[in-house]
Amino acid sequence: MKKITRNAQGFFNISFILNSKDFSVDVSPKETLLDLIRMLGYKGTKRGCDSGDCGSCAIIMNSVTVVSCVLPALYADGKEIITIEGLGDVSNPHPIQSAFVEAGAVQCGFCIPGMIMTTKFLLDRIENPDEKTIKHYLDGNLCRCTGYIKQVNAVKLASSKLKNIKNRKWR
Amino acid sequence: MENNNFKVVNKRLEKIDSLALACGKPMFCDDIDITAMLYGKIMFSPHPHALIKNIDVSRALEVKGVEAIVTYKDIPRIPHTTAGQGYPEPSPYDTYILDKKVRYVGDRVCAVCAKTLEAANEAISKIKVEWEILPAVFDPFESLKGKVVIHDEPDSKNIPDARHNIAAEVKELVMQKKTEWFEEADYVIENEYTIPYLQHCAIEPHTTITYLDEYGRLVIRTSTQVPWHVRRIVAQTLNIPIKKIRVIKPRIGGGFGSKQEIMLEDICAFLTLKTSRAVKMEYTRKDVFVSSRTRHPAIIKLKTGVKKDGTITDIDLDVTLNAGAYGPHALTVLMCSGSHTLPMYKVKNNLKFSGRSVYTNLPVAGAYRGYGATQGFFPLESQMDIMAEKIGMDPVEFRKRNYIKLGETSPVFKAMGEGREGVEQSIKSIGLIEAIDRGLNEIKWYEKKEKYQKLNQKSSIKYGLGMACMMQGSGIAEIDMGSATIKMNEDGSFNLLIGATDLGTGSDTILAQIAAEALGVELSDIIVYSSDTDLTPFDVGAYASSTTFVSGGAVKKAADLVRDIIIEDASKILKEPKENLRVENKSVISKSGKKISFKEIANTAFYYHDQHQIIASASHYGKTSPPPFAAHFAEISVDTRTGIINVLNYIACVDCGTAINPTLAEGQNDGAVVNGIGHTLSEGFEISSNGTVLNANFRRYKILTSKDITNIKSILISTYEPDGPYGAKSVSEIGINGPLPAISNAIYNAIKVRLTEAPFTPDKVLKALKKK
Repeated sequence: MKKITRNAQGFFNISFILNSKDFSVDVSPKETLLDLIRMLGYKGTKRGCDSGDCGSCAIIMNSVTVVSCVLPALYADGKEIITIEGLGDVSNPHPIQSAFVEAGAVQCGFCIPGMIMTTKFLLDRIENPDEKTIKHYLDGNLCRCTGYIKQVNAVKLASSKLKNIKNRKWR
Repeated sequence: MENNNFKVVNKRLEKIDSLALACGKPMFCDDIDITAMLYGKIMFSPHPHALIKNIDVSRALEVKGVEAIVTYKDIPRIPHTTAGQGYPEPSPYDTYILDKKVRYVGDRVCAVCAKTLEAANEAISKIKVEWEILPAVFDPFESLKGKVVIHDEPDSKNIPDARHNIAAEVKELVMQKKTEWFEEADYVIENEYTIPYLQHCAIEPHTTITYLDEYGRLVIRTSTQVPWHVRRIVAQTLNIPIKKIRVIKPRIGGGFGSKQEIMLEDICAFLTLKTSRAVKMEYTRKDVFVSSRTRHPAIIKLKTGVKKDGTITDIDLDVTLNAGAYGPHALTVLMCSGSHTLPMYKVKNNLKFSGRSVYTNLPVAGAYRGYGATQGFFPLESQMDIMAEKIGMDPVEFRKRNYIKLGETSPVFKAMGEGREGVEQSIKSIGLIEAIDRGLNEIKWYEKKEKYQKLNQKSSIKYGLGMACMMQGSGIAEIDMGSATIKMNEDGSFNLLIGATDLGTGSDTILAQIAAEALGVELSDIIVYSSDTDLTPFDVGAYASSTTFVSGGAVKKAADLVRDIIIEDASKILKEPKENLRVENKSVISKSGKKISFKEIANTAFYYHDQHQIIASASHYGKTSPPPFAAHFAEISVDTRTGIINVLNYIACVDCGTAINPTLAEGQNDGAVVNGIGHTLSEGFEISSNGTVLNANFRRYKILTSKDITNIKSILISTYEPDGPYGAKSVSEIGINGPLPAISNAIYNAIKVRLTEAPFTPDKVLKALKKK
């Protein structure tokens, strides 16, 4: 890891890739990764508890899901980050996003970006997870609207959607 | 009668906002950036009951970036309620934006706004308060003695008995009296049940952003269930005209009642008025737990009489609610604990309700999904099982014998409304018997009961089955009103403007489905805009299970009016009498086979002939509040060595009339049931001896996660409610009332121990087993 140095104002300059774009920004040591992501305009990553318990702020950093509200922004230096906006858009949604919609798994939708990022992490590792595995992975994403039932179905649907896509561009 | 020819209604269509939400679009309150916005923070009381002798903000004002600090000295002192209810609110006016006195740990002391959140927090840490600590009271029965008076201020209004800390009271309401009490009963059963402090845990914390628009009007963008009540109450408390305020509700990340409340809007607006700057205030998770609202903790005494033949002779229900430091919803939640539960079964002789909501120096209770019915059904449905066992009757048969049938009424409907007398009504749709039979079948009730009876003799893990029936309302009859405007565009699409407040429930979608059905178009032809006090017509908001029934009624009326205008226009163009015309598939078609598209009709109206905007508005209020009905079935295991309860299967059958969108109706039911199972197994505040909530975070206040969910199934039982739009009734709240009694009954079935104190944690199970 390269060494990062503090400037005169007490900020650190860090560089990272966020949703395939290069960023170079000054951050304070107190700033969380969630603050940084939202400050950069990526509002899909949500703040639900600020203690790493609810999973609404889950993102993928170097291929691993992390809760961005308890990580210092400094940790982003040299990393590759994907947020919900990096998966797909309304005009061209990622199969996991479509699956959540089709399964009726989106109610208020506040927890959904985090839950979709966790699902991405899961399906990147296990192509065809069983129900127990799905529930195990989603355990860190709290939802108060759905009772998780349609969300577990959404992950199953996403898994079959991804298997049927020959072109692996979504991976 | 049932109509199976729906084209849009009763279809599993995708929720219209779900793709944007799944793509993380900036749709929530906090998702906008406003230039030079300030951050507001509230300083909360560390004491349960104290007077501010002196407050010194001088050091806080020196913090770089601080723009304003407001204390009780700077703010108008106007008694009000934070309850987002129709005017005049049936809750006491016992609250001030800021007061000289604090009444619970977490009460407002003062507020700060600064250029950064960090500066605001730092300023709060530098405010010096000199306190006069007052004695505090935490137990409602202790509080009733009046040794400590929590609301001794002279200017509060509508507190029934401030000297004894009574925030609301229903004295001995006898709804039926035919004999001496319990005269005819073969068995009289009396039990006490308790429910602790429970929090809604909407994943989006309460958030408000206020700013002044170009004309100096106050704009309040807020996570609320009640935009119009916010506008009215902010106008009242800040003493500014309603016309100077616009409330905008963006997407809301869940509410469940916690956002049926003026929470941050008043103080945030005050800071904007003071600084002329945009101000954002956001609760932390801890603030949400402690300083927003909770379910009313309850102590319920239920005394019932039953005859050997299965007749219920008497019911005497007495409810004590802990209101906490203020009384929003104190009267109405209390009354709903009787009005939404007691009509469920016929009582032969005597029926009585009494209750009180009591102030204590604890967090403030308010509206929470279920709204009293949760507190009422736990005792009632537990006792139904106890009575059935006493007389040796199958608990299912006992319920089937006594429940309210089609065409029947109950004296409770007239006697108990929300804060006042109710409205007489009879049952026009009920699918309870189908719900019960479907559930029995699905969970294999009789087969498994027999199997477990044998199995339980051998193993230390005991299995059990339990059930419960329940009802709720659909809006508040003759009080709740919603309205809608529909206007046509020249491509044959329509704007649907509604006051109704979608807080994640899917109401934007189901209301658009109702409009599309009436207009003969597809869901995608309806463009929905909701809940903006400047741009959409009035609606009371999302509470009391009202939106589908009340707001849906308004949308249906408005759509019918627009359809009539379209047909009238088509009749002129086609030169055909109106009676011969009907709408279908975005066209008007005549009996003789002539056809004109909506596009042509709208273009003609806009540009060619007798130019006008095709538009109509309508309002609706319910003259009745048709109850949805539900039957829940739980299959559980109890590990008698550890006390751990596992819910193995949970079947929740609900009759919500016509489900406008079955997928969304199931989602509502699933969420309510899982929330209810959380109440049953793990949820509840731990409170220290000075009234501090000790588990105000998700790590120690345990809500269920995906891992805790086993086989939970929602089943919709179709009926047709003649008073509802396309036969619909409500569905959102009812499901939360079932798990406590159904699982309590299942535990009894498994280990012959009756738990009456929620939640049923392992320690309580073990303690009860030891006692046995």
